[in-house]
Amino acid sequence: MRVGLFVPCHVDQLWPEVGFAALALLERAGVEVEFPAAQTCCGQALLSAGGRSEACALAARCVRVFDGYDAVVAPSASCIAMLRVHYPELLGGADAEALAARSYELCEFLHGVLRVPPPTHAFPHRVALHAGCHALRELRLGHPSEGGPAGEDPVRALLAGLGGIEFVSLTRPDECCGFGGVFSTVEPEVSCRMGLDRLDDQRAARAEVVTSSDPSCLLHLAALARRNARDMQILHVAQILAGPRT
Amino acid sequence: MSHALRAAEFLRDAERARWHDGSLWSLREKRDRAAAAVPDWESLREAAAALKRHVLAELPFYLTRFEERAQAHGAVVHWARDAAEHNQIVEGLLREAGARRVVKSKSMLTEECGLNPHLEARGIEIVDTDLGERIVQLRHERPSHIVMPAIHLRRQEIGALFHAELGTPEGESDPTALTLAARHDLRARFLGAQAGLTGVNFAIAETGGIVVCTNEGNADLGTVLPPLHIACMGIEKLIPRAADLPVFLRLLARSATGQAQTAYTSHFHGPRPGGALHIVLVDNGRSGLRARAEFAEALTCIRCGACMNTCPVFRRSGGHSYDAVIPGPIGSVLEPARAPSAHASLPYACSLCGSCRDVCPVRIDLPKQLLAWRAELSQGAPGGALRRAGLRVARFAFQRPRVYALVGALARRVARVLPERWLAGRWNPWTRGRALPPTPPHSFRALYARRRR
Repeated sequence: MRVGLFVPCHVDQLWPEVGFAALALLERAGVEVEFPAAQTCCGQALLSAGGRSEACALAARCVRVFDGYDAVVAPSASCIAMLRVHYPELLGGADAEALAARSYELCEFLHGVLRVPPPTHAFPHRVALHAGCHALRELRLGHPSEGGPAGEDPVRALLAGLGGIEFVSLTRPDECCGFGGVFSTVEPEVSCRMGLDRLDDQRAARAEVVTSSDPSCLLHLAALARRNARDMQILHVAQILAGPRT
Repeated sequence: MSHALRAAEFLRDAERARWHDGSLWSLREKRDRAAAAVPDWESLREAAAALKRHVLAELPFYLTRFEERAQAHGAVVHWARDAAEHNQIVEGLLREAGARRVVKSKSMLTEECGLNPHLEARGIEIVDTDLGERIVQLRHERPSHIVMPAIHLRRQEIGALFHAELGTPEGESDPTALTLAARHDLRARFLGAQAGLTGVNFAIAETGGIVVCTNEGNADLGTVLPPLHIACMGIEKLIPRAADLPVFLRLLARSATGQAQTAYTSHFHGPRPGGALHIVLVDNGRSGLRARAEFAEALTCIRCGACMNTCPVFRRSGGHSYDAVIPGPIGSVLEPARAPSAHASLPYACSLCGSCRDVCPVRIDLPKQLLAWRAELSQGAPGGALRRAGLRVARFAFQRPRVYALVGALARRVARVLPERWLAGRWNPWTRGRALPPTPPHSFRALYARRRR
């Protein structure tokens, strides 16, 4: 199986470690992985800023770049939701549908498609899972607290095998962190309040580590944590799963 | 002024904002429990969505049928093209009956039409009889929520208001005492009223009847005492048959407050003996919205307010931050249709979390509609020209991997060299509450290419 690794632009530019952790996990799972250098951005940020035609142009480009791969995998549920949910609607047509059908969030792919056994190295920490809204309500990877279509959460399933890991329970298990793409800068006050409320919830649960399948939520939370002297460690789930070897 | 600025203002009182978020969140939790207790909840939502979409598609047919059947019961049906016509019709009916004192039960439509100021300016006293609406009426402000109009106020504030307006003892803030004071005051107004106005939750095309849901029984009191009942409704309030009503009644109160039913579900089929019933059907932009495929679905809304209670932005910014008759996610879809430039910031008052779509009892895809409004309004939105320019630049760069990589590398280099305080100035909305993002020396693509060599 030939997998096209999709490293979202914000991970590429701001958090390359997450890209390499994803690469390592896929290679260890025994699939052939390639990072097509022509890839850039899925266009979601543009769509959320009102740039529908611009997003269409990037979507069409993304469909071409990942043509020929058996699967497209990204360490970002939100970007995959863009490919899976929004591309068919923006572009229409068989190519967009086909890409949507073979796009996977990393954990979803490892756990649900490749069925890799959950890693078992030691990670003796209290961990808060941040459910990204698009993982939850667009990809349906989990059980939204308000009900509606639900599925298994592959992030929890994969992390559960780690030695000594403890999941903390939050008062609001799936409240939005307030990133929201352009929302974070158009409504910075509300966005930051939402993020701080998440961090407070996680801190009250005595979480040492906050993790998620959505790097954009985590970059926002990490920036808030740093400014507001919250000392939780904020890690992408791929970094935890890949373990100390990367 | 944009939603963001008003929201920032609301958040300045951190303690109030936290309390507001908490009160609405507890309603969300009640709604969750109520929904989970109905085994066929999702089928109900599906049925409700299908029924409302069907009615919308066949609206002329159902409107005609409703008019015929309502008339057959002795109701008089009026048609209002817009808010002004609606207000004139109501004013005319009141003048004809010689009514100068009117009681009204909760109606978002009359808010939309600005009926109260219209009548007050013409010497007609109109009293809102829903407790929450009465409170905001006494404060001369608009409801901050469509189901709980005074949810933004704490009981101490209501105590102070009632002390000034209704003469309750100073410092009295016990909810029961305050409610009794309001009831006492309202009883006199009910008894003295010469006409009763109500909204309409559902109008049944098959029977020509209208249904009004309240928790306080104020629609009943307001219509059984005075001889004249005027019911005002948007043309989208129709449902096909009486048999369809339970689908909506089971969804409405559970979605709104987590109650199984509202305390009162009042049915009106024609006027009461010796009285008169007038039904005013209002368009006010609804036909226009109905003709727009991407937004028509918003007209299926049954005004339960669940999208507001679940919305993490609404809970932290307050209903008044929307500066609109209907706030929250559904308001952010409906209001730009009424006045695009005045409400251009509302579609951005959303992190696209999608929770509103999941709680909506008629499954309106609110995030999708908000995105559609963003695309349509991007010219007039705050910073619109700048944003459009930014979008074009982003498209240019993202279509050229080398340009993108170069811009990224330069930006990271600049961020590593320049002092943080330059980058984190007031001009930068990202750093108003956040630290700068990390700026690694190399991008993933650069390191990957190096590794491959």
